[in-house]
Amino acid sequence: MAAGERPAFAAIPDARAAARAEAARLSARFQDAGAVPVETAVLQPAATLLDLYGEDIRARAYVTSDALRGEQMLRPDFTVPVVQMHMADGAEPARYCYAGEVFRRQEEDEDRANEYLQVGFEVFDATRPPDADAEVFALFQSILAPLSLRAATGDISILTAVVAGLQTSDKRKQALMRHIWRPRRFRALLDRYSSTAPLSDSRAALLAAADPFAGTGAEIGLRRRAEVIARLDNLREDAAADPIPTGIVALIDAVLAVREKMPFALERLRDIAVDLPWIGVAIDRLDARATALADRGVDVDALDFEASYGRTHMEYYDGFVFGFYAENRPDLPPVASGGRYDALTRHLGQGRAIPAVGGVIRPGLVLELGGLG
Amino acid sequence: MSIKLGVPSKGRLMDKTFDWFGARGVTLGRAGSDREYAGRVEGVDGVELILMAAGEIPRELAAGRIHLGVTGTDLVREKLARWDMQVEELAELGFGHADLIIAVPDFWVDVETLDDLDAVAAAFRRAHGFRLRIATKYHRLIRDHLREAGVADYQLVDSQGATEGTVNNETAEAVADITSTGETLRANHLRPLTDGPVLRSQATLFRARNAPCDEGDRAALTALIDRLGLA
Repeated sequence: MAAGERPAFAAIPDARAAARAEAARLSARFQDAGAVPVETAVLQPAATLLDLYGEDIRARAYVTSDALRGEQMLRPDFTVPVVQMHMADGAEPARYCYAGEVFRRQEEDEDRANEYLQVGFEVFDATRPPDADAEVFALFQSILAPLSLRAATGDISILTAVVAGLQTSDKRKQALMRHIWRPRRFRALLDRYSSTAPLSDSRAALLAAADPFAGTGAEIGLRRRAEVIARLDNLREDAAADPIPTGIVALIDAVLAVREKMPFALERLRDIAVDLPWIGVAIDRLDARATALADRGVDVDALDFEASYGRTHMEYYDGFVFGFYAENRPDLPPVASGGRYDALTRHLGQGRAIPAVGGVIRPGLVLELGGLG
Repeated sequence: MSIKLGVPSKGRLMDKTFDWFGARGVTLGRAGSDREYAGRVEGVDGVELILMAAGEIPRELAAGRIHLGVTGTDLVREKLARWDMQVEELAELGFGHADLIIAVPDFWVDVETLDDLDAVAAAFRRAHGFRLRIATKYHRLIRDHLREAGVADYQLVDSQGATEGTVNNETAEAVADITSTGETLRANHLRPLTDGPVLRSQATLFRARNAPCDEGDRAALTALIDRLGLA
């Protein structure tokens, strides 16, 4: 039974108190590292979160409402409100920490907690991003050291660099960028853009038709005929575009398949970059981060790096990503996770942006694994 | 004690359900007047008929307040999380066929598949400043389906009835609803995507996995299942 994770009636007070005490200890560690403790509301305006995550968030967060404020969500994470708070009136550089409940709707697996404590640490610092990445990771690793967890790391910015440099239309690049965090759709787009197969008969006929609207129903709804015509123009343009060479697709696959200890991952990516020279800057960043990690005492030679790590569950991270896992407990979610989210600050900052990196630890899981001693 | 069988309380679903049981030697009917929601059962012992709204049957099965129930697959999958842990499908009854589909205005000649819908949703959001609205009452099924397919930049808006009219009323850009013949869609200038339905549904006899059963109940249940030829 996890402390504070799956409350049974009798166990609630003790388990909760233990998890709270653990959260307080973790929070103290973050404060020792220079973080200012902050609080956020439990009820968050749903519109911001929906705008950010899309409809999927409804499957993961509890939604409630009142007549005055409309839809509200029970805080599914702290990052969004902390970023908002910082963008509104924070001075830079800043380090924040927080501790409190987050709420996650569970529809598939009863054993997953729908309410648990998170303790987090966030760094807003533009001076040297690789160093800030290393600061956060090294701090988490040293705090969690007694649990002997496996650390996973990745870097979303390598894939975005791959896409940004492709020699193809801006529309295609935009479409691929939009689906970086949806691997299946990303793959489908890549397959389509690299395909040399002719269009389907119906699509070819549509694009060639003198009047594509012949025999169709009335023009109804907010999406107007002009928008349909504009998309048909896009489709014609796209049909005429050169396919992305299969050699390039193979190189993208090679990047996504990189899964090595850090020094070998760097070596492998440098090899690939001979043929994808535009990803060099992203690899330099990875290299600078590895150096900064080593400077902070992280054993980089033993650190795992996976180029596709963080693509499915961490959608606002756009650079460095990491997670800490209990290897002998594959049933548990990561004990800690985090990463860099520069784009989120741009999105929430209404024109302003600041490099930001941070992460969270789940004190309930820390206790379940025996505590930090 | 007796086991409880929940059946839709009106319309074709009720009549066809009565026919289906009747053809297997179990006569179901209303007790007394046409307005009464109590039922009678002949041809098998220890079974009590309860007439209720088809939409409530999944919840009653999950709660174990009825042992058996007839309702659509669509309702069970929409309303029950991990439905197969809560109910067992005993028999598809061969009527009440309906497909859950996603439909767009017929004049959207550029949209045939979910792939197109996703591209259009991105462009729509850029042009209009909000996510493309899909009107439905099947929130879970549609959200899961679209997530699985990697469709983004849409939102679901709730519509509990007259869903096909929402596009013309400009409260949604597309709809997701149950259709059997497609007649209502055509009449409202809508057309389903060609990817195939989200779900094919029909009236189905379900058994509640968690309904309390004593020895007598179990015997009655076995006798009924036997009588219906489902053993």
